[in-house]
Parts: sequence; structure tokens; C-alpha cells
Amino acid sequence: MNPWLLAWRRFARDRMGVVSLSVVLAFVALAAASAAGLVARNWSEEVGVSYAPPRFLKQEITLEAKRTAVVQTQDDHGITDPLAAELAEIHAILTTPSKEGAKSQTLVFGADKWGRDVIRKVIKGSETSIVVGLAAAALATLLGALFGALAGYRGGWVDDLFNWLYSVFTSIPYLLLVLAIAAVLDQKGIVTVILILGLTGWTGIFRLIRAEYLKHKVREYVLAADAVGASDARRMFAHILPNVSHVVLVQLSLHVVLFIKAEVILSFLGFGVGVDTVSWGSMLAEAPSELILGMWWQIAAATAAMALVVTAFSLFTDAVRDALDPRLA
Amino acid sequence: LAGYLARRLWQFIPTLLGVVVLVFLLFNWVGGDPAYMLAGKIPNPERIEAIRQALGVDQPYWVQLWIFLKQIATGDFGASWSTNERVSQIFLTRLGPSLTVLIPLLLISTLLAMAAAMLVAYYRGSLTDRAVMVACTVGQSISILVYILAFQYVLAYQLGWFPVQGWGSTLGENLLRFAALPILVGVVVSLAPDIRLYRSFFLEEINQDYVRTARAKGLGEGRVLWLHVLRNAAIPITTNVMSQIPGLLAGAFLIERFFSIPGIGREVILAVERSDFPVIKAVTVYVAIATMAINLASDLLYKALDPRVQLK
Repeated sequence: MNPWLLAWRRFARDRMGVVSLSVVLAFVALAAASAAGLVARNWSEEVGVSYAPPRFLKQEITLEAKRTAVVQTQDDHGITDPLAAELAEIHAILTTPSKEGAKSQTLVFGADKWGRDVIRKVIKGSETSIVVGLAAAALATLLGALFGALAGYRGGWVDDLFNWLYSVFTSIPYLLLVLAIAAVLDQKGIVTVILILGLTGWTGIFRLIRAEYLKHKVREYVLAADAVGASDARRMFAHILPNVSHVVLVQLSLHVVLFIKAEVILSFLGFGVGVDTVSWGSMLAEAPSELILGMWWQIAAATAAMALVVTAFSLFTDAVRDALDPRLA
Repeated sequence: LAGYLARRLWQFIPTLLGVVVLVFLLFNWVGGDPAYMLAGKIPNPERIEAIRQALGVDQPYWVQLWIFLKQIATGDFGASWSTNERVSQIFLTRLGPSLTVLIPLLLISTLLAMAAAMLVAYYRGSLTDRAVMVACTVGQSISILVYILAFQYVLAYQLGWFPVQGWGSTLGENLLRFAALPILVGVVVSLAPDIRLYRSFFLEEINQDYVRTARAKGLGEGRVLWLHVLRNAAIPITTNVMSQIPGLLAGAFLIERFFSIPGIGREVILAVERSDFPVIKAVTVYVAIATMAINLASDLLYKALDPRVQLK
């Protein structure tokens, strides 16, 4: 029977695996819908008042109260505020109901500083994370598998060359390397992030695939392929690759998680996506100033979404590994 | 052993050269002309020319590479572009605070993770085991940023148990007052992945023949685990702890940044934010050298712990 079918049957019996796969697929679908502009297209619209609280909270934290409190405590040091008149004027404008009428006072899960819907931002952020995670993991896996196949299969100076490259890249701690490249490129955007993460993250995959190729190239089926005149490329990719593809697949899935987390840190620090894109990282970057004011909903929403996606992906990876490698189970 | 050491040190040379060339290419070639950055908002041609001469970037690339190699060998990377502090001085003064946080962090998290992993390995397959594993997976999926923000907000800002941030002047004050919360955050963050990893190390040992022998001669499960399994699993655990050190040295930058700890990690972030190339270059090269040295030390330790290991 087809081994992939067998693996799928094993996977389908794993309840945790099926649930996590559904969550992953749901988020990928959400990201696709968001990319196609079906949902959260107008995320940057300022639909609510600044820091509109979530609807399920009682109206304890009304902004009105906060604003008046600020104005009243302005001159409690006995110093006359030279801007008092202007501030009162601004305050009057800000609190005029006619201006605020169009914007809602509460939103389903609250709003950020500019009154943008947190839920829409989370959806847009999921799109960024999933696109970056998948694309960077695909790039890293492609490079790692290709380099590993060449080094393991060819041996000799090719092996030496790639091993040297490997030791150079692994001598520099990963995040330091990523930050150094980000500092040099000085260019933000999803594509830049994907390239940085993908071009630096291939080392782990390389080592595993190289070891697999070393093991497989002397196996009988490969020698037999050689005997019937299969070319090197054919032996590498048509004969050996299918036999090591389970390693590739597990690594791909593992690296998606790794890169999603790395992107959040990069964007948080301001080296990731640009200002016109939302990422969970850039949402978290707004959190410190919000938390001091007691506005916890943006960090809560971003964290919950990220925890859900990353947990689902990790459990999915575990299930895939178990399904593809029955020896481990 | 002497022959092995000599060979390993000899192998450092091509790797180190590779790191140097990589860093050089990044900063001197991809990074563009630093003179425009340094000359300020309204550059005039003479000033740019003067800066280029001072930095040596008007020289051909091979001369620049030679300058860079000389800098690495002498440890003199010149001055920071933004603060004019000597780069070597930055290194010396920032290492202490970093280690004040890192050493207790590594010790506490390793001991706790080993104890917890042993516990779940003992109850392997049970509900406790599964619950801890799921908790670890969920815990691992939350960004370190959230842990830092949440701990800082709740424990320091709201409850006031710890200072929100800062750094003192004596080791005791730093360790007990200012480093306590950063260490706590670091331990919590590293527990989840470590427990998962160490549990797999323990489980691998539990299925070995010597464990069956120990059980067969009537040893209790506790004795088997704490004496026999632990000693054997300690080998991969030691390697794992060693391999974490270089990453932590530069990777603790988020913790150092949030808690305003004047360590190497925070310096890296500041340097990246200010495009302070001399500092980033120096940190990258020296951390790479430290990584290679630690890898070698880790291999030697491996040999010391496990006499079966043959050093090639």
C-alpha cells in the first residue's frame, strides 16, 4: 500500500493531530480570505473611539471619565497652565458628541489608540504571520534540503564547502545574525523578513538531510539505480528524496513555528514588517503604553491568536512526526 | 588529547575566516557607504570625504578587510559611531550585568527543568504527563515578549514586588533586587522547552538495557531514575546547557532591554537601532569566537563525562 496513505490513516486516528490540523487549516483559510480582501480589508479604518473598550466589559472604564480626570489634575502644583484655555478648547472639541457620533464607543473586542478594531488587526496579523512563517520555512527547507542533498550525496569538496558554510552560520547565534542583517538592510517589509529568516534558517535542516543522504546513498536501491544507469540528479531527487521526504516535511512544519515566533520579535523591535502592515509583533509593540493605562485587550487578542496558531502547529508537527515515523510511536 | 586540541583549534581558522568574511560582506558591501550615515542630515562633499578617509572606506576592499582583521586581532574596533565610547570598553563594562542575570538563570532553570522532567518521565503516559506536556506546548507558543510584558506589568507595576526596571552599583543589590524578576522571567520562558527536551532524554535512557538490569536486581524506581538514568541523561543535558550559553549572551537582549539592564544584549539592540556598525561587528565576531570555544569545551566535557566517547 502507498506509504503516504498509511501515514494518513495513522494521522487520522490521532485525535490531537486532527484537531490541530483543523485549527491550522482554519487559520490558513482566514489568512487567505484576509489576503484576498474578503475579511478585515478596512482594518486601518478608525471605527471606534480611541481605546474603545470591549463590549463585554461593563462601562467601568469610560474614556470620558479618564479625560476629565486628566484635565482636572492638570494644575494641582499651583502653577498656572499657560495652555489651559487651549486645552479646554481642545477638550471641548474632543468631547463634542457630534464629532464622536460616527464612531462607536465600544467594539466587540475593543480598539487601539487610533480606534481601529482589534479583531480586524488580529486577522490581518494572522495573515502576516502565516505568510511569513510558511514562505520563510519553505525557503529555508528548500535551501537546507538542496544543500544537504548535495553535501551528503557528493561528499568530497562539495561536502567540505557546505560544512564550512554550516559552521560559519551556526557560529553566530541565530537572533544576533538576523538582527545584524536587519541592521544592514535597513529595509522593512514582509519580503525582507521572509528573506532574512529563510536565508539564515536552513542550517538545522541541512544537517539532518545531509545525514540522511549519507545513510541512503550506499543503500542497495540506490546502487541498483546506479547499475541501471540512473543519473546522479535522478538518484538524488527521484530515488533518495522520496525516502527522506518525511524528515523534510517535519522540519518544514517545525520551522513554520520557529519563524512565526521570530517574525513577532523582529516586528516588535521595529525591524520586521513596515508601518502599513499589521503583525502580532507590532500589536505587542503598542502594548507597554496601553497596559499602563489599563488597556489590556490588544495584547490579550494578539497573544491568544498567536498561542492558538503556534500551539496547533506544534501539535500538528508532533502528530505528523508520529504518523510518518511509526518506530517512534 | 593534545593532538585533538591542536586539530580542533586549527579547524577554527577557516570557520573564523568565514565569519569574518560574512560580517565584512554584510557591513562593508551590503551596508553601503557609512559616511553618508555619519555625516548627518545635510552632508557636504568634503565632510563625507573626510569621514571616508578616517574610516578607511575609500580604500580598496582587500585593504578594508585587512583593517578589519587587524581590528579583530587587536580587539580595537575603534569607537562607537553614536556614543563615541570605545568598543572594547563597551564590551568590558557590559559583560558583568549580562552574567549577573545569565548564570543564576541557567542554573535555576536547568535544575528545575531536570526535576520536572524526571517527574513526568516517572509518570510517563499518565494524565499528569500528558497535562504537563500540553501545558509546555502552550507555554512555548506564547512569545517571550508577552511573558516579559505580563510579568513586568503584574508583578512589578501592579503588585510592586520587584522594581519595574533599573540597575544598581553593587553585585548583591543587582542580584537580589534588580535581577530577580528578569531571572524569574527567563526561567519561566526556558522551562517549557527544557522540560520537553529533558523528558525525551530521560525516556530514551529508561528503555536501555542497564535500566532493566537495575530493576531486575531489585532497585526501586526512584533509585533507578535518580542514580542510573540521571547520570546517563546528564551527558546530553550538559551539552544542551552549554550550547545555550552563546545564544543567551546575545539573545537575552529582550529581557535586558525591558528591564534596562546594561548588558551586552541591550547594547546589541541599541546598536542595531542606531546602525552602530562597529559595535554590531565586534559583538558578532566575538560571540562567534565564544561559540566556537564553548563548542570545543562542550566536546571535551562530553568526553570527561562519558569515557566511551572517542574524540576524533
